[in-house]
Amino acid sequence: MSETVEKVKAPSEPLFSKKNKKLITDPLTDNNPVTIQVLGICSALAITVQVSQAIVMGLSVIFVTMMGNVVISMMRNAIPSRIRIIVQLVVVAALVIVVDQVLAAFLPDISSKLSVFVGLIITNCIIMGRLEAFAMGNKPWPSLLDGLGNGLGYAGLLVLVAIFRELFGSGSLLGFPIFGDAVEKTGLYAIGYQNNNLMILPPMALIIVGVIIWVQRARNQALIEEH
Amino acid sequence: MAINKDSNGYTFGFAIVLVGVVGTVLALLAMGLKPMKDRNGEVKKQLDILSAMMNLDKEGISRKNAESEFKKYINLDEAIVLNYKGEITTDVKAFDVDIQKEYKDKNLKDADKHYPLFVAKDKAGKKLYIIPVVGKGLWGPIWGNICLDEDMSTIKGASFGHKGETPGLGAEISQPFFIDRWIGEKITDENGNFMKFEIVKDGTGANPSKVDGITGGTITSKGVEEMANRCLAVYANYFNTIKSK
Repeated sequence: MSETVEKVKAPSEPLFSKKNKKLITDPLTDNNPVTIQVLGICSALAITVQVSQAIVMGLSVIFVTMMGNVVISMMRNAIPSRIRIIVQLVVVAALVIVVDQVLAAFLPDISSKLSVFVGLIITNCIIMGRLEAFAMGNKPWPSLLDGLGNGLGYAGLLVLVAIFRELFGSGSLLGFPIFGDAVEKTGLYAIGYQNNNLMILPPMALIIVGVIIWVQRARNQALIEEH
Repeated sequence: MAINKDSNGYTFGFAIVLVGVVGTVLALLAMGLKPMKDRNGEVKKQLDILSAMMNLDKEGISRKNAESEFKKYINLDEAIVLNYKGEITTDVKAFDVDIQKEYKDKNLKDADKHYPLFVAKDKAGKKLYIIPVVGKGLWGPIWGNICLDEDMSTIKGASFGHKGETPGLGAEISQPFFIDRWIGEKITDENGNFMKFEIVKDGTGANPSKVDGITGGTITSKGVEEMANRCLAVYANYFNTIKSK
């Protein structure tokens, strides 16, 4: 009885319907923008040396994908199709400048660490990809969720890669030493352990991303593309 | 009547309105945040200068108490500004000189550049001299502050910063291990003549005026070398004149 009543009561889609929830959860796992769609690799290589940088970068990208998706979605019926890519670019660029300015004003230390990479969010293919593929054809609310999901998917992977790189490259996590002091030779370093310097070089990020892709596809064979 | 969204007029109109709106929003935001960013820059400068003479983490100095701590150690009334010959000029105040801006300004002649010198007192009351330096790394500007002992020659401490050097490579110039290699080096010989520094790769950094570079960060290391030599030479002239008096 109660089921039928509910159906009558809710003619419009609930805010967190199954479909909408999928918009957030899919990019986290089976449709991850980095490991499945292989987008946004460039920044994943650049700022995953330290976990703290990866977190701030991830948050910045989440903000830009969410807001970008919402703004474009609200304008989607007004944007002339011939200049839609440029319009998307202007919106993304504006949002990135907002992030850059706010970081510089409120988190000056982190802002100086991230330096050029905040500006390079503009070139992150995930953002333009979601605007073009999703926000141009959907309402603001699903677009917001889609942006949130994809941003989270990107941020999650970034942090995961950064954990490996900071732990094995610098022997610390979020700046706290885990294996002891490399200079004073305490902890693991006392018995001859050494940080892997290859970990802090960009190629290692590519290898780690590759390993993550491999593990993910080995666990879920359905993700392997047929050729 | 529906608007033809594919017409040239609509396309142009849309683009103009969009750019106008976005431009206005960003301009307002930048103006609104400017006082905070200026303040951050000032505090950063104070921290940079202090970090040349002490370990800020150990002393518990952060952005929050930077201003009061700065006043404790550094008396800005004693700070002076030199010209490129090492003579005192009085046209600007030491703290107001933006050496990074002057360094970047291609139209500014060397003769018109300013070289601030901060005089500090450590906890024991010993006089220290802090020299801001600026130069060029691999990707962008690098800068630093070099603290000289009261003999005006021995490097007592330093701090280096950079805008966007490669993490793990050139960016390591700001790390304590690299700065430790500078401590104890002398900028002048017994006669007060300036001695050039050399960044070396062969591990002979223990020799006077030689400093070991950073593996994989050669260009940034060389940038530090050039920065130190160019800037410190000016101050060596000045120290020479006061010593000979």
